[in-house]
Amino acid sequence: MIQYVLLISRQGKVRLTKWYSPYSQKERTKIIRELSGVILTRGPKLCNFVEWKGYKVVYKRYASLYFCMCIDQDDNELEVLEIIHHFVEILDRYFGSVCELDLIFNFHKAYYILDELLIAGELQESSKKTIARLIAAQDSLVETAKEEAGSLSNIIAQATK
Amino acid sequence: MMIMIWGLKWCGGGRAVVTDWWCGGGGLRVESGELWVEEQWDMIRAIRACKTAAEERGVVRKECAAIRAAVSENDHDYRHRNLAKLMFIHMLGYPTHFGQMDCLKSIASAGFPEKRIGYLGLMLLLDERQEVLMLVTNSVKQDLNHSNQYIVGLALCALGNICSAEMARDLAPEVERLLQSRDPNIRKKAALCSVRIVRKVSDLAENFISSAAALLKEKHHGALIAGVQLCTDLCRVSAEALEYFRKKCTEGLVKVLKDVVNSPYAPEYDVAGVTDPFLHIRLLRLLRLLGHGDADASDCMNDILAQVASKTETNKNAGNAILYECVETIMSIEDNSGLRVLAINILGRFLSNRDNNIRYVALNMLMKAIAVDAKAVQRHRVTILECVKDSDASIRKRALELVFLLVNDSNFKPLTKELVDYLEISDQDFKEDLTDKICSIVEKFSMEKIWYIDQMLKVLSEAGNFVKDEVWHALIVVISNASDLHGYTVRSLYKAFQSSSEQESLVRVVVWCIGEYGEMLINNIGMLDREEPITVTESDAVDVLEISMKRHTSDITTRSMSLIALLKLSSRFPSCSKRISDIIIQHKGSFVLELQQRSIEFNSIIAKHQSIRSALVERMPVLDEATYSGRRSGSLPTAASTSTGASPLNLPNGVTKAPAAPLIDLLDLSSDYAPMPSSSGGDFLQDLLGVGLTPISSLSGTNQAPTSGTDVLMDLLSIGTPSFSPIQNDLSTSQTSIQAPLESLSSISSPLSTQVSSHAGAGSMIDLLDGLSPSLSMKTDPTQPDFSGTNGSIYPSIVAFQSNNLKMEFSFSKQHGNPQTTLIDATFTNLSSNVYTDFIFQAAVPKFIQLHLDPATSNTLPASENGSTTQRVRVTNSQHGQKNLAMRIRIAYKVNNKDVLEQGQISNFPPGL
Repeated sequence: MIQYVLLISRQGKVRLTKWYSPYSQKERTKIIRELSGVILTRGPKLCNFVEWKGYKVVYKRYASLYFCMCIDQDDNELEVLEIIHHFVEILDRYFGSVCELDLIFNFHKAYYILDELLIAGELQESSKKTIARLIAAQDSLVETAKEEAGSLSNIIAQATK
Repeated sequence: MMIMIWGLKWCGGGRAVVTDWWCGGGGLRVESGELWVEEQWDMIRAIRACKTAAEERGVVRKECAAIRAAVSENDHDYRHRNLAKLMFIHMLGYPTHFGQMDCLKSIASAGFPEKRIGYLGLMLLLDERQEVLMLVTNSVKQDLNHSNQYIVGLALCALGNICSAEMARDLAPEVERLLQSRDPNIRKKAALCSVRIVRKVSDLAENFISSAAALLKEKHHGALIAGVQLCTDLCRVSAEALEYFRKKCTEGLVKVLKDVVNSPYAPEYDVAGVTDPFLHIRLLRLLRLLGHGDADASDCMNDILAQVASKTETNKNAGNAILYECVETIMSIEDNSGLRVLAINILGRFLSNRDNNIRYVALNMLMKAIAVDAKAVQRHRVTILECVKDSDASIRKRALELVFLLVNDSNFKPLTKELVDYLEISDQDFKEDLTDKICSIVEKFSMEKIWYIDQMLKVLSEAGNFVKDEVWHALIVVISNASDLHGYTVRSLYKAFQSSSEQESLVRVVVWCIGEYGEMLINNIGMLDREEPITVTESDAVDVLEISMKRHTSDITTRSMSLIALLKLSSRFPSCSKRISDIIIQHKGSFVLELQQRSIEFNSIIAKHQSIRSALVERMPVLDEATYSGRRSGSLPTAASTSTGASPLNLPNGVTKAPAAPLIDLLDLSSDYAPMPSSSGGDFLQDLLGVGLTPISSLSGTNQAPTSGTDVLMDLLSIGTPSFSPIQNDLSTSQTSIQAPLESLSSISSPLSTQVSSHAGAGSMIDLLDGLSPSLSMKTDPTQPDFSGTNGSIYPSIVAFQSNNLKMEFSFSKQHGNPQTTLIDATFTNLSSNVYTDFIFQAAVPKFIQLHLDPATSNTLPASENGSTTQRVRVTNSQHGQKNLAMRIRIAYKVNNKDVLEQGQISNFPPGL
């Protein structure tokens, strides 16, 4: 099971956190601080796994962002690397060549996508296409609601003129 | 401005794996015209523009204030805008609890956009431990029954990510129903939500079994993956589920796996030429659970496992991930030698792969394989040893653990040699792990002492600063027992010291050995065939001690050990006696109380007591290995547990020890020795070495420990019992320092009174300490036997203690001019028909009384009242005339080698004592 997902920039800034097991705010801050210290200093040719307090952290660097997932001792590390890559590809497809700024300014979108990918720390969907379709459908629901609200307020504005 | 930030922040030049990850481009794409999104951007921009943390805090504070105001006005229009801002603020690590209620309100509103942001906020800002979460149960329940599939999806997702056990119970029926929903996307979410529910409340598992089994027939990959995951979790928590799936679904699952393995190219699920590796892996994992411990199920999956193991593409990570999972499954299911060979071969290939990730998982898997087929793993020993030397810390750690498992009686020597050799060149931060493992291997497998000593010497010279205290303690015990190797050891240590004097624990062992076996070093005594004679003069040996004494990195333990070693050498190396006393005297002004005190004491021994010095500093008696290892494992040696209940008090005190005991006590000048009841080897060696160094800080740390335990452990250190009161619950430092001289006095004077016949001898011994605490001389005067008995007993004798087996009588006498002090003659009589051996009497008194126990006349009690043992007890009541004497006693002895402990309180002292 994936315990948590972290996106950390090369400067150590947190770009996304998702916790599937309960951690207090204090523990979270501590984990992020200590873990980024470990991961950001590892050399480029080393393996992508760090043993961490009875868990394993699988991380992979994409440009300036480190995608980290903390998993149980007996989980499949190689598969988690695939899950990370899967996530990155979906983000890439959604944002159209994603970059760190996309994830900063549209962080809520990144969370929506992650929620379509993982639930309860387990993989939910292996098809990128399905996830893209589900996100698009929900985005358009939001659009429609906004338009309706907009037109409604227009009507009110017209009426009160 | 946007573009500038973009350029600045997006400068990482690392490997971009996603194609077109970095395509130059303008500013952000604005996908929606949502106003709130833009406002949120304004805030993010403002925060990102901050140059200092203080500035950032200022911006966040302002935003939070605005959001709080909006919250208190219950502002609907801005709610989701505020929530989004709050989430960002939360991600930066600021407190956002005031937004929690807004999440709930947002979820309760009717529109999809509000709900979407509300659930996101709920998952980010709350976790299952917050009670606010319970308030959302009802909204979630309504949303689970909503007609819009996306709203149902949102609710399922939130529930799956953060639900608590209570919520899981409340909402399980809804989720169960959704497992049969018409929409596969709802089914997959419901399945993973059930995973969480089952993990939280395992007794709900039964309800999910049949719907989970139905999910295994899914065509939709997402739903199938989630269904397989649900079955896996059900099998883990419920034996009933495991049995059910094993009987009903094994064949079906094998077929599903077969279909996936043989499926034609499917672009939607293709990862590097493999169709849906995620599904592969989950199916293999579930099959592993089903096949484990069941021959029929294992049989059923043999073919497909062989196919996966032999046909999977291995040049991409996805394929290797499947193989890795497959190997693990083959290792856990019931024995099939053909498959196992296949699996071990795959691991061999992995191990020689150039990719570090693959090597890491290979090592990981070999750890598991060792239980199944140790021989096959041994074949890869050389490669594994290479991995210990890898540049990657994760791989090194894995490999080292694996090597540790590989060590056996036949290969421990070459393996230890490899590891010790590597110790020289390994990274500093890896040395601790490495030495730890080497030491355990050496201790566990060594057959010959000389090999053990050699290996430990190498480890100490390379990484003496990394070994634990127990390691060098154990080494000293072994050296002490290897009488034919004393000379060899001390010479090797001397040589090692010349090259590695910066290794603290090596220095300690060197210092100890030179103190004990110094003359063997000088005279080349006990040469082994393989040794070259070396020329070391007496002053060279003293040099070593002086260096370790004066080196600024030496800690107090090392320095104290050096002082003792110097004292010992002072009598053996008469030519250096003057120099030694000069070194010792230098520490008279040491800021460390312990060193100062010792240096003064030792100086007086050298200056004034030539006659007894050589007896004082004789070689230590051989340390008992069995006792030591017993202590290490936490059990106490001679008197393990007693019939009247386990207690840490049954340690032999000085009285029961062999004739060597007074010597040890003499050297044992531990003044503020605060024993730590739970620690093991440390105190043992310390009290034998007489290094009662436990600093005052640890004294306060032991305050919670039962003080009676402390008392008696202190008894251990000297023959006389220090007057620690059992009711006292705080060993304040001042008290200790007052008692310190008294204790050291008692430990020196009491053996002397038995050993040295002339009173003058005892007197001069006491003179020695006069300088230390003049006030004591008055109290100690009574130790001189002249006075005892000059005063007739004017108090009636009492039976202080009587049980079925034992009687203790007290008779009292007073001395002239000292009404506070009472001499008590305790007479013990054995009422049973068995002889008592190892008899020990211990006593404790309240704070206002001081207590001194002389040695007993004998430590055996003849059976059936055929004689008695007496012991002189001296008590000084500082509140004479106001308070009566009181005493707690504890008597330990052995009957037929069985430990017996008796204890009681004496309150029938005649008044006026």
